[in-house]
Amino acid sequence: MSSNATKDHPQLAAIFNRDEPRVDWHDETLWWVRAKRDIAAHKLPEWELLRETASQIKNNVLSNLSTYLEQFEANAINNGIIVHWAATAEEHNKIIYTLLEKRGISRMVKSKSMLTEECHLNEYLLKQGIDVIDSDLGERIVQLAGEPPSHIVLPCIHKKKEEIGDIFHEHLGSAKGESDPKILTETARQHLREVFLTRRAALTGVNFAIAETGEFVICTNEGNADMGAHLAEIHIASMGIEKIIPERKHLGVFLRLLTRSATGQPITTYSSHFSKPQDGKEIHIVIVDNGRSIQLGREDFRNSLKCIRCGACMNTCPVYRKSGGHSYHTAVAGPIGSILAPNLDMEKYADLPFASTLCGSCSNVCPVKIDIHDQLYKWRQVIVKAGYTPKAKTLAMKGMAFTLSSPMIYRAAGKMGRFTFKYAPFAVNNGANPWYKHREMPKAPEQSFGEWYAKRKENKK
Amino acid sequence: MKVALFVPCYVDQFYPQAAIATLELLEKLGCEVHYPKNQTCCGQPMANSGYEHLTGGCNNLFIDNFAGYDYIVCPSGSCTLHIKEHLHSHENEDKASEIRKRVFELTEFLVDILQVKSLEASFPYKVGMHQSCHGLRGLRISQMTELVAPPFSKPAQLLGMVKGLELVPLSRADDCCGFGGTFCVVEEAVSSKMGKDRVDDHIEHGAQYITSADLSCLMHLEGILRRQNSEVKVIHVAEILNHSI
Ligand code: SF4
Repeated sequence: MSSNATKDHPQLAAIFNRDEPRVDWHDETLWWVRAKRDIAAHKLPEWELLRETASQIKNNVLSNLSTYLEQFEANAINNGIIVHWAATAEEHNKIIYTLLEKRGISRMVKSKSMLTEECHLNEYLLKQGIDVIDSDLGERIVQLAGEPPSHIVLPCIHKKKEEIGDIFHEHLGSAKGESDPKILTETARQHLREVFLTRRAALTGVNFAIAETGEFVICTNEGNADMGAHLAEIHIASMGIEKIIPERKHLGVFLRLLTRSATGQPITTYSSHFSKPQDGKEIHIVIVDNGRSIQLGREDFRNSLKCIRCGACMNTCPVYRKSGGHSYHTAVAGPIGSILAPNLDMEKYADLPFASTLCGSCSNVCPVKIDIHDQLYKWRQVIVKAGYTPKAKTLAMKGMAFTLSSPMIYRAAGKMGRFTFKYAPFAVNNGANPWYKHREMPKAPEQSFGEWYAKRKENKK
Repeated sequence: MKVALFVPCYVDQFYPQAAIATLELLEKLGCEVHYPKNQTCCGQPMANSGYEHLTGGCNNLFIDNFAGYDYIVCPSGSCTLHIKEHLHSHENEDKASEIRKRVFELTEFLVDILQVKSLEASFPYKVGMHQSCHGLRGLRISQMTELVAPPFSKPAQLLGMVKGLELVPLSRADDCCGFGGTFCVVEEAVSSKMGKDRVDDHIEHGAQYITSADLSCLMHLEGILRRQNSEVKVIHVAEILNHSI
């Protein structure tokens, strides 16, 4: 990711777009997932009611977050789970390292967790000499490729099967040129089996933590979280503070929404509940803030914390589909990532709220009804006011505001503009005209509507 | 019924024929149409770029021009939505909120307020209808595919009254065209790719014309079509509804 750090979304997206057939392939793959989601959602007449219910449960959670977290902690401790709190990514990483170090563990198996991506846990542990293997197939592929995931549910959706074959050939010793998904999956299975059997520590994410019972739920399709957690002597779960739900009975609402929104499946293959450690083993849970309580305090953006990480907003987002997950240069890409990232670092992610046409598809596909595109609009206002926009743009905008507030100047500018095309709201970024690179200009008519109307009025008199 | 015509700046400057068609159509349907002559722009290009705080002058001018009418009708979903959601004024908030309630995009005005049941128009061509996102998801002039709800479309309902017109189906009924205001220049690579794909969807289904209730999308698609020397043309929905041969 570091090589991407200096480039912003438009630049990275332009690089991605150099290979048009690849863009088409990426776009179609994700559109196919979106279409599957539509079919699954449309099969449930109560879909919109489910969304509304989920949204209200989460609103309740966000309004009473500390109460539910404390309730969860007390119940979890009662169950024999050891609870840790981390205010920042660094604290989270340190807690995990300390747990491993104390036991002299130098190799850990991990199932997919976007929170550990957000905290850059793998890099941190690697520096401390601890080897981490991601056990989710997609995640393992990007890990072998030395890349971050490009999608929160489908981490290697940007890779073609031939490319995966090459990676496996290099790292796992599969035959050169092998690209049959069945054979490649089997190769990965054999490789991961050895990993599961020999790792003493397993880390997982948390999809839902239930305050009422002190248990937590992990959803996977491959069963890899269970495999890791059951075989290892210590199971560490990383959880963001927003993952809490009040009661067990609420779980059904989310489980029905999650995978239908994500991939169009009715439910994940495995929805595993963890509430007590087995004899002689330990379960630890690290509850992480890392900027979330700041976001909770921002009224306009707080409900972004309702997110259940289904990825539907990415699949439907035309910009994501045509620019690829890595162009967002943050752990959580796409529309939701673009409203979460500026909370963590407004300057570094100032480009992301602008990487959208504000088409609104994300907000309407979101199973917990986050007003994503409205928040993108609001972030733009915050970012501009905070001064993280290019000076030239600010100047152009001031000029435009001046012109458009005065009918006389507007008419004069319009006359000139139709001729030279300097004045048009979309051509504000002057210099070389990026519009013309890809499109013809509109033909300038003889007269504006205003001029036509004035003449018609004259003639009617 | 006193109707004020709100012609967005870029329509005024580049697509006067769409505004003329809107005016003629409303008059044919019995409205008393006024064009407040000091209007400029709704301020959306600034607001969507993060400069909403600079739109005060624009907003007050808009209020001066449009207060006091029964309805304000605009041949652009996007600009209508902007006024509906973002027109405010320190000095005149009462008038601003009146205007926000009375502003309508043309096709929703025809269907919901005038309740048009038939039209004289004819347009014997194959037409693809591009849904502008702001009209579709913002104003709900059609149902979007994301929601689980019965489908409807106000522009399609009106186009169905036009003699000889054949509406072609599209593979992606409501994907965004990628215009997005200043997005089209800031993110030129993605924007133009989105536009190309939108155009291709129409061409693959044999459209001779691409229509929409939003000229901003059409301006973008037209730019791409003309760059490709395509025979396919864009036309605002008002021009079709007002068209007869
Ligand atoms: S914002 Fe909504 S659609 Fe996007 S990942 Fe989160 S829950 Fe899913």
